[in-house]
Amino acid sequence: MADKKGNLSKTNRNRQLWAYIFILPQAIVFLVLSLYPIIMSYVYSFYSWDGASPLTNFIGFENYVELFQTPRFWGALVTTIIYMAGTTALGVGASLILAIILNANNMKGKAFYRTIYFIPVVATTAIIGVIMKNIFGIDGSVNQMLQTIGLADQPISWLNSSSLAMLLLILVGTWKNLGINMIYWLSGLQSIPTDLYESAQLDGAGFWKTLFHITLPLLKPILIVILLLSVVSGMNAFDLVKTFTNGNPYHTTETLDLYVFNYAFGGGLTGSTTRMGYASAAGVMLGMFTLLISGIFGLISMYTQRKLKKEAN
Amino acid sequence: MIISSKIIKYLIHFILIFIGFIWIFPFIWMILGSFKSNTDFIVSGNPIPEEFNWDNYTRAWVDANFSGYFVNTVIMTVATVAIVVLLCALTGYALGRVDFPGKKVILGIVVGIMFIPKGYTIIPLYELVDQLGLTNSLFGIILAESSGAHTLFVLLFTSYFATLPKEMEEAAIMDGCGFVRTFFSVMLPLAKPIIATTVIMQFIWTWSSFLVPTVLTISKPELRTLAVGMQNFVGQHSTDWAGMAAGATISLLPVLIVFILMQRYFIEGVAGAVKQ
Repeated sequence: MADKKGNLSKTNRNRQLWAYIFILPQAIVFLVLSLYPIIMSYVYSFYSWDGASPLTNFIGFENYVELFQTPRFWGALVTTIIYMAGTTALGVGASLILAIILNANNMKGKAFYRTIYFIPVVATTAIIGVIMKNIFGIDGSVNQMLQTIGLADQPISWLNSSSLAMLLLILVGTWKNLGINMIYWLSGLQSIPTDLYESAQLDGAGFWKTLFHITLPLLKPILIVILLLSVVSGMNAFDLVKTFTNGNPYHTTETLDLYVFNYAFGGGLTGSTTRMGYASAAGVMLGMFTLLISGIFGLISMYTQRKLKKEAN
Repeated sequence: MIISSKIIKYLIHFILIFIGFIWIFPFIWMILGSFKSNTDFIVSGNPIPEEFNWDNYTRAWVDANFSGYFVNTVIMTVATVAIVVLLCALTGYALGRVDFPGKKVILGIVVGIMFIPKGYTIIPLYELVDQLGLTNSLFGIILAESSGAHTLFVLLFTSYFATLPKEMEEAAIMDGCGFVRTFFSVMLPLAKPIIATTVIMQFIWTWSSFLVPTVLTISKPELRTLAVGMQNFVGQHSTDWAGMAAGATISLLPVLIVFILMQRYFIEGVAGAVKQ
């Protein structure tokens, strides 16, 4: 095939052409359903617009000015960050412990435990929210159980207290996603060569020494991936918040995603007017915060990887 | 690593089983609750029903229209999965097997899409679907669902196709296959494990999707999916909790069954995607 140079480059050009054609459908979907909506979010955010009438009332940065002057918006941002930080810290740490236990060579029933702990991941989040709302309701199972075993005299109004509701939101969010982090950690643990452990054992290193000197340092690259995925999913909490607390009490558990939804579509559900322009401005801010935070993580990961490479040399 | 000492081992098993029970308790509670009467559901702290009855399922299936939502969800999920698998396999093949100008840029975009929050794009997406006149059809939902971040799948296909030996392709070309036929009749069938992973993961995601179907069915309740339809049990004054438990069971069982049957592919697929 390679005897005629002209022929080879012709096949090559042909292959490249086909490669572009293969990418085209995905590219069209991306341009039309991702890139165009992103651009339009910016455009809408400069209008006072209810979503139904024509887009004519250009108001410049007024939506943003109003947004910055609205305590409820800042509250939603703080709630989002607390939720993201809480689920990330709890979820990443707890799943690591679970993964280390379930990765032990002589551990029995690994597949069984993995399945059990993975089940919440595949369950529909919106439905989990509804179930939890009932379980933690004033007449819910948790209160009935606490009263039966005598831990509480009166039912606790879990979802009417902002701090308890926020705590539950984080705990349920962590519970929901712990299984996926566990699988990520397991994939990292299984990529560590076994002979490292064997030689550590020959040197007489115990469980903790092996853990701190071999396992954890070698997990750093996967840690970055898990952190990043966890941060992005924490910044985009909608399904659980909408169905579990719906932002209550008094918007104290309202996340940015829910804030956008409430202003853009909440009216459609309650019959009052919608504020698409204002909601778009909030959506743009959500996008920017997500990018900013994942950007910071990206930089940290680049720095860590460079340091790792230096150490390896 | 090896965990030694028998006592510690038993202790670990005890803790894992205990926490594991709490872990899946909400699901057990929900399935048991779906057989309770509404009074039993609200009053009794005992998760086991006084007597088992199927009334809640009839109510969910017929009165709350879960039969219709079930069909909607199946159509939406199957169509989205098919579109996503095809798009990702094509893109992954091009990226994994051909060197072409602009490849790095495209890979960068693929990874970047992962960081676009849906809350950011949902308003224009809704407007777009509306302008295309698709808000009154499942097709609009399917389109919007297919637009999500497929970063993991594209990367999985890319690295899988990149590892296939060159000889396979050369043999196919010798036999007179062009680029397209080589892909469909030789290379794509080899990617079965990746296809299986993508199908299962996308199935579970789409089946559970909430934001897009909620927004796109605001004016058309009959197009709702199972996840969105749960609202039907919330009345103005009271909530039909037992009916809701039955509805939740109807929505969750297919996903749980798919997961338990295919969990080997699923778990390995998630893990494999991260290792890349």
